[in-house]
Amino acid sequence: MFGLTKKDLSLLGIVAILTMAAPFILNPFPTESAMAQFNAGYPDLMQKFVIFGIFAIGFNILFGLTGYLSFGHAAFLGVGSYSCVWMFKLLGYNVLPGIALSIVVSGLFALLIGVITLRRSGIYFSILTLAFAQMSFALAYSVLSNPKFNLTNGETGLQVYADDPQWFHSANLPDLPHLFGLSMRATHRMTLGGWEFQFNAGYYMCAIIMLVCFYLAIRIFRSPFGLMLRAVKSNQQRMNYTGLNSRPYTLAAFVISGMYAGLAGGLLSAVDPLAGAERMQWTASGEVVLMTILGGAGTLIGPVLGAGLIKYFENIFSKINESVLHSWFGFLPDGLEDFVITIVYPFVGKGWHLTLGLIFMLVVIFLPGGLIEGGQRIGRLFRGKKASKAGKSATTEPAE
Amino acid sequence: MGILEVKNVNKRFGGLQALGDVNLSVAENSCHAIIGPNGAGKSTLLNCLVGKLIPDTGSVMFDGQSVLGRKPYEINQMGISRVFQTPEIFGDLTVMENMMIACFAQRDGAFKMHAIGSMWKEKDIVEKAEHMLESMNLAEKRDMHTASMSRGDKRRMEIAMCLSQEPRLLLLDEPTAGMARADTNNTIDLLKKIKEERDITIAIIEHDMHVVFSLAERITVLAQGTPLVEDTPEKIKGHPKVREAYLGEAQVA
Ligand SMILES: Nc1ncnc2c1ncn2[C@@H]1O[C@H](COP(=O)(O)OP(=O)(O)OP(=O)(O)O)[C@@H](O)[C@H]1O
Ligand SMILES: [Mg+2]
Repeated sequence: MFGLTKKDLSLLGIVAILTMAAPFILNPFPTESAMAQFNAGYPDLMQKFVIFGIFAIGFNILFGLTGYLSFGHAAFLGVGSYSCVWMFKLLGYNVLPGIALSIVVSGLFALLIGVITLRRSGIYFSILTLAFAQMSFALAYSVLSNPKFNLTNGETGLQVYADDPQWFHSANLPDLPHLFGLSMRATHRMTLGGWEFQFNAGYYMCAIIMLVCFYLAIRIFRSPFGLMLRAVKSNQQRMNYTGLNSRPYTLAAFVISGMYAGLAGGLLSAVDPLAGAERMQWTASGEVVLMTILGGAGTLIGPVLGAGLIKYFENIFSKINESVLHSWFGFLPDGLEDFVITIVYPFVGKGWHLTLGLIFMLVVIFLPGGLIEGGQRIGRLFRGKKASKAGKSATTEPAE
Repeated sequence: MGILEVKNVNKRFGGLQALGDVNLSVAENSCHAIIGPNGAGKSTLLNCLVGKLIPDTGSVMFDGQSVLGRKPYEINQMGISRVFQTPEIFGDLTVMENMMIACFAQRDGAFKMHAIGSMWKEKDIVEKAEHMLESMNLAEKRDMHTASMSRGDKRRMEIAMCLSQEPRLLLLDEPTAGMARADTNNTIDLLKKIKEERDITIAIIEHDMHVVFSLAERITVLAQGTPLVEDTPEKIKGHPKVREAYLGEAQVA
């Protein structure tokens, strides 16, 4: 079905079920319990999971397949965000034109930058993309926001004002981003015993788009084009002497991943109509690199996992402050309590980066293939045990 | 006029004259061996043919067209395939995937945006790749990553990839180095068979005289960047200059 093999189809199916059931899965703790702060099933965070999932899926098409490490993909994210908000300002709050424009504009922008940066490979390519992204950031932050020509609204960020044209806006439509009248903020709350689950329109729209993006990524991975991209990573010399021009292949991958990033940027604006230059900063470019490597570069689902994990840390770990720690460790004798809290404190709250950094280091050192490799190892461990058990009873069965 | 015409090619690396006034004519559908001691400039000459190096002076014509100034992939698409001295294959891809890349390059040209259909549904490519693997005795290694293969297998992999492109001129740089005797003989048989089946010109660099004398119709001896003699295998065997410059050395080594 859908032109996928059974294995890929079941992967897509699992991802579809997980994303559709995310409001339940991410809210395992009752609202009143002490653990409730670990719940991630609220619209704002769930939207981030899928949007950055899209960003990472696209980035992985470039980095995971061709090995070209771009340090400037946040530029495309930012361009997408600005494009979408401009559509809100000019046309109205329907998100479709904005999302469409963000894909188109970021694609064109990626084409321009790709043509220039792909003249080099390896570290030089990375530096060039970084330079371009920083230039884009500078443009957005100051140059393109002067009174005569204000494209980005500088430090304040681009947003919709009451005197914007919004040609297609009418009084019966929500005064916030919407899809044909369905507000992105519309949230249905469901209470079940001590639990509360939230079903948000913006989340479901983004989740469906992510599933489409994921599906397309699978098709690309399995296509002849995907094979050529892996050839680029493996041995460009052999590729060239086999009559293949590697440049248009890498450029196509660059543009596709730029469009994914632009789409993610557009969706960020669609769920929250404000686009700021900080989305283009190098830290944002670095973040998607971390997501991809953490999850497993070159694997299908890894980058999505990585994106989820990082966004979870950013939003959940950062909320744990000293008083929360006191409530956790209150059962300990006073001196010990203070001691434990002193040790733990640097790793939570504002120190969440520290924990993330440690995890990242551990993954890169012990699981170069990312979390996916970890999962595979655990899987093999289980299957290995099963196989050896089976081997004892029936020696004919071949171990996998 | 041969299919490959090399005229007055010079190549310097700093103070080293790697190629000095090389003239070489390879007749269509022949097998031409280039032999010579280590450092004679044999690989450098091949590099000048496939666009890896540009000669300082001289011309290289393939089938009446100059190859100079063309990119490696363009030269390959003209019909020249090359096997390298150290195997150049896609190490982290499987044997079958390696083979399929070569088949795609031959069918679809230098670039084709074919991003949605599954590569395994390209029946003609899959069949051709499988057939090539059969004939190279690589079929049972189909799903192995090529990086973990033996050196001899890597070479056969590379030869198979080049052959699947159905080149008009095949350049082989020491194709049997690192192969077991049996594989060397298989390779000789395979190349002979290919030559009988279709029109192909082969230029081969080889230190193994058994291979050279089994395949070559003409032999050029290169020493210190300059062709010493060019003749038939029989004549070369007895040539005093050659014994002195090359064969003597090879027998000692
Ligand atoms: N890119 C290069 N830069 C500088 N010197 C080079 C380069 N390539 C080859 N040489 C030198 O040119 C000479 C000829 O090298 P080449 O590789 O063509 O020899 P060869 O005949 O293929 O020898 P072998 O039998 O060992 O493969 C050698 O002295 C080598 O060191
Ligand atoms: Mg050599």
